[in-house]
Amino acid sequence: MSSTQPIRKSKGEHIFHGLNTLFMLVMIVVTLYPFIYVVFSSVSDSRLLLAQTGILLAPLGFTLDAYTMVFKNPNILSGYLNTLFIVGIGTILNLVMTSLGAYVLSRKGVVWTRHIMLWIIFTMFFSGGLIPMYLLVNNWLHLGNSLFALIVPGLISTWNLIILRTSFATIPESLIESARIDGAQDLTILMRVVIPLSLPVMAVMVLFYGVGHWNSWFGAMIYLRDRELFPLQLILREILIQNNTNYMAGNASTEDVEAVGESIKYATIMVATLPILFVYPFLQKYFVKGVMIGSIKE
Amino acid sequence: MNGLLKDYRKHKYLYFMILPVVLYYFIFHYVPMYGALIAFKDFRIAEGFLASPWVGFQHFISFFDSYYFWRLLKNTLILNLYMLVFSFPAPIIFALLINEIVGSRFKRVVQTVTYLPHFISLIVVCGMITQFLARDGIITDLLVWLGMERQVLLAHPQYFRAIYVISDIWQGVGWGSIIYLAAIMGINPELYEASRMDGANRWRQIFHITLPGITPIIVILFILKIGNMLDVGFEKIILLYNPNTYVTADVISTFVYRKGLQSFEFSYATAIGVFQAVINFILLIAANRFSKKISENSLW
Repeated sequence: MSSTQPIRKSKGEHIFHGLNTLFMLVMIVVTLYPFIYVVFSSVSDSRLLLAQTGILLAPLGFTLDAYTMVFKNPNILSGYLNTLFIVGIGTILNLVMTSLGAYVLSRKGVVWTRHIMLWIIFTMFFSGGLIPMYLLVNNWLHLGNSLFALIVPGLISTWNLIILRTSFATIPESLIESARIDGAQDLTILMRVVIPLSLPVMAVMVLFYGVGHWNSWFGAMIYLRDRELFPLQLILREILIQNNTNYMAGNASTEDVEAVGESIKYATIMVATLPILFVYPFLQKYFVKGVMIGSIKE
Repeated sequence: MNGLLKDYRKHKYLYFMILPVVLYYFIFHYVPMYGALIAFKDFRIAEGFLASPWVGFQHFISFFDSYYFWRLLKNTLILNLYMLVFSFPAPIIFALLINEIVGSRFKRVVQTVTYLPHFISLIVVCGMITQFLARDGIITDLLVWLGMERQVLLAHPQYFRAIYVISDIWQGVGWGSIIYLAAIMGINPELYEASRMDGANRWRQIFHITLPGITPIIVILFILKIGNMLDVGFEKIILLYNPNTYVTADVISTFVYRKGLQSFEFSYATAIGVFQAVINFILLIAANRFSKKISENSLW
């Protein structure tokens, strides 16, 4: 009888829990502090920032000059617009293609679906590689220097296809059959029955594809030649990694350029990351859900 | 044959719907696989794919004989080994520790915060790394305070791997733990009840119930990782390396990128890519077979 009572925590367990909590607090600080530092630096007075060493616990002075400068930069604006186009059009096409595939591949009793599925999964383990893909897109399909070069080659992510198929397969067959008896064809069933019943996982798809498009840059780097077509991330790369802030500061003296350059970089990081930071807390549960659905099948 | 025809008639619309999907996979996955045959040709754009002459294994041989071959192989394997030793177990340990958090609210906060870096673009992460590791960067300041000589860490090859792996853990440990947390949630709670009655403390429960419970998923992810031993997330390397650090930072895939898309030696670069893919595939199959033999966990 006594053994069913909850056992008291031993001293060791208390210590363990204390240490674990401490560790988690450290993790939170280590994860968040870089972002906080970026926020502080972006609104700091750039001269003070340049002179300062070590940790920042508050902004040094306060100025939005760096942000003004970032928004004045025509490349950032055109980058934003190009990225919005890629995210918008790209994600819609991703959803159309992925749901078509997921719906058909989730149907039972169709002779070829198993073969098609294996044929698709094989591509997760074997690919032609970077160069043949580049030649295909650039030289044979003539998509080079077009935003569609960033959309079409990645129309379907096999991983997302598997997640969506797994989810579609859980919809009761009876619902689909009754729609069929009412005279609906498969495309109608997909749009009127299956997708409305799968809105949470469709949200996951929007987020996975959307964030993927927002963050991608490599395709843009190899396929695009005109600066007007560059997405935001490629512009960011010039400013942050290749250290190209000079043209942004106009005709200030070299010393000023260097000083403002520092806070411009931080302000640029903020401008490019704020949309994600802003939607993230609301969408986080959906992301997690997507990973979970994916892991059930594998 | 009759059966197939009947199936086709019955599911005409389904086959019609999957057509664009099949076309997509054919054009963007299978055509490049076929296109990889230029590894055995002397491909010139002006002559086209068919007219370019066959040269057999010439590109492979010149890669194996080249000065860079061993350096690339070594760098790729060492970086992956570091990832296997540090990046791979980190989310597992983190998931186990998250699972031990008592308050559910605190747990949610920890999860929300640590998943966040996964969604930050690589460019921004690498931008922050470059900023923080600059001569007057905040991490440099901290290391100087701890006694290091002031220097730009990214300019020195001996620090590259550490920077790569640590930032990888920073960005991925939270997100990577989700899959293990999901597996932990799938463990039958009765097992914990029963062990508690037998007097097992939390510590023993971790080692005798939780860890064995998530072993299958660990093994599967491990096999996939082994099957990528000649792959490295090269986007991040391209953003962080420079000719000064090539000695440790240059890996097979970055070399393919430079040879193929900067020097336009298409056939040579493709041959290296094919070599990489073939070794990866062999490693994957070997790891899978090995795991099947000793643990009954396998991909197929």
